[in-house]
Amino acid sequence: MYRSMEEIRKAMEKTGMPFWQVVREEDCKETGLSAESSFDRMTEMLKAMKASDAEYDAELKSASGLVGTDGAALRRAKENGTLMSGPFIGTVMEKAMRIAESNACMKRIVAAPTAGSCGVLPAVILSLQEKFIIPDEEMVKALYVAAGVGGVIAERASLSGAAGGCQAEIGAASSMAAAAMVFLRGGDAKQMDSAAAIAMKGLLGLVCDPVAGLVEVPCVKRNVIGAVNAVTSADMALSGIESRIPADEVFDAMRSVGRCMHEELRETGKGGLAVTPTGLKIKEELK
Amino acid sequence: MNIFDIIGPVMVGPSSSHTAGAVRIGKVARELLGEEIMNAEILLFGSFLATGKGHGTDKAIVAGLLGFDPDDRRIPESLDIAKARGMQCRFGSIDLGDAHPNSAKLHITSVTGKKLDITAASVGGGRINVTEIDGVEAHFSAECPTLIVRNDDKPGLVANVTALLQKNLINIATMQLYRSGRGDHAVMVIECDEQVPGETAEELKGLDGINEVIYYRG
Repeated sequence: MYRSMEEIRKAMEKTGMPFWQVVREEDCKETGLSAESSFDRMTEMLKAMKASDAEYDAELKSASGLVGTDGAALRRAKENGTLMSGPFIGTVMEKAMRIAESNACMKRIVAAPTAGSCGVLPAVILSLQEKFIIPDEEMVKALYVAAGVGGVIAERASLSGAAGGCQAEIGAASSMAAAAMVFLRGGDAKQMDSAAAIAMKGLLGLVCDPVAGLVEVPCVKRNVIGAVNAVTSADMALSGIESRIPADEVFDAMRSVGRCMHEELRETGKGGLAVTPTGLKIKEELK
Repeated sequence: MNIFDIIGPVMVGPSSSHTAGAVRIGKVARELLGEEIMNAEILLFGSFLATGKGHGTDKAIVAGLLGFDPDDRRIPESLDIAKARGMQCRFGSIDLGDAHPNSAKLHITSVTGKKLDITAASVGGGRINVTEIDGVEAHFSAECPTLIVRNDDKPGLVANVTALLQKNLINIATMQLYRSGRGDHAVMVIECDEQVPGETAEELKGLDGINEVIYYRG
């Protein structure tokens, strides 16, 4: 796995291969998997992501009853034309909500990078595919781009809420998704870097404060926030707006912010929203 | 870590540690027992105990005991499936002291009366660490072929076991040794790069001073 976005760009220059392929080659070298089997396996991930969206049950609630059915509410609003954010963002929001709710309801999802943040990446790339009719092969390549960015975040910081707070889960997912979108819209490596950086900067400092310790409140709705943040970050980058701080340094900042975070704000359910009067009441009622 | 730890795994939600890892703990327990389970006592500790119900940790462990994988769509219905198959499951709590907060201890009995006690922790990303088998300390991830050899604590046994593996061209990835006391019972936990054929495991059992060999295929 690459330790920096810069190393990925250097490997691109050296080999003449695109971002996604450089990421795949490096992984194949480490795992011993052939390029074809790796691509096949990533294709399975794409299929599983599509299934996690398609298999949404609009009537299902989680065991706690805290989440579920909101994906359907967003669809109704979208179909009624009442969403201020328009049909594309509407679709992104709906998909992120559907997949994150499905996760909370014990349905099958793809952790990307974690189960708690599983709605972000598929929401943006599947919405793009519907809008621009993108072949699956390009979608799989976009997953490699996302994996490359996620790998750098894992190496430099963390992908776990217990270690780095929600910025390490939804923040990382959003950063990965922003880069994948830039790839799918034909952007270059520098724009991917900017998109990944801008997305993470927007969520820097986000704490992990699950009510009653469950992957439900606020996790499900944060998937929607992470997905929409990825779209705006990718759009900024594709408009030629650069991140003043390069992605690698943003990820380093994420690590140091995570280290400053008190344990109460790192997936213990002992801080933030979890200890609000309502959060505590919910926890008590679930006992 | 590889890219399929970042995009993946495919799993039934909601939590890689509380659900996917819990399924693996159950499945490893079943495979170590090697027979259909009739009775299971499942004791939860720490965060598993505090948030297990909301995360479906109970259903996940039972699903694993039924032989399901972490991406099996039947996980939410595992308690009913266990009942239909005649598997008795009882849940409780346990204090495991300073163990990993996502830990569980399982007492399982097979249809032929074979018993196994296992303690394991879900350490994140769906990965697990088996920390105790039948009261003896162990540390393995159950991600590769693993031999658990119980033997008398006396000189030469480690050499005999490793020589047999060498003869069969099995490379050892990691090896740990534990004992209950000097000259008492000892355990070797050997993680291998290759599968250990049934005959080799049998041959190991036949070595002088070896009391039991448990094999996990990985």
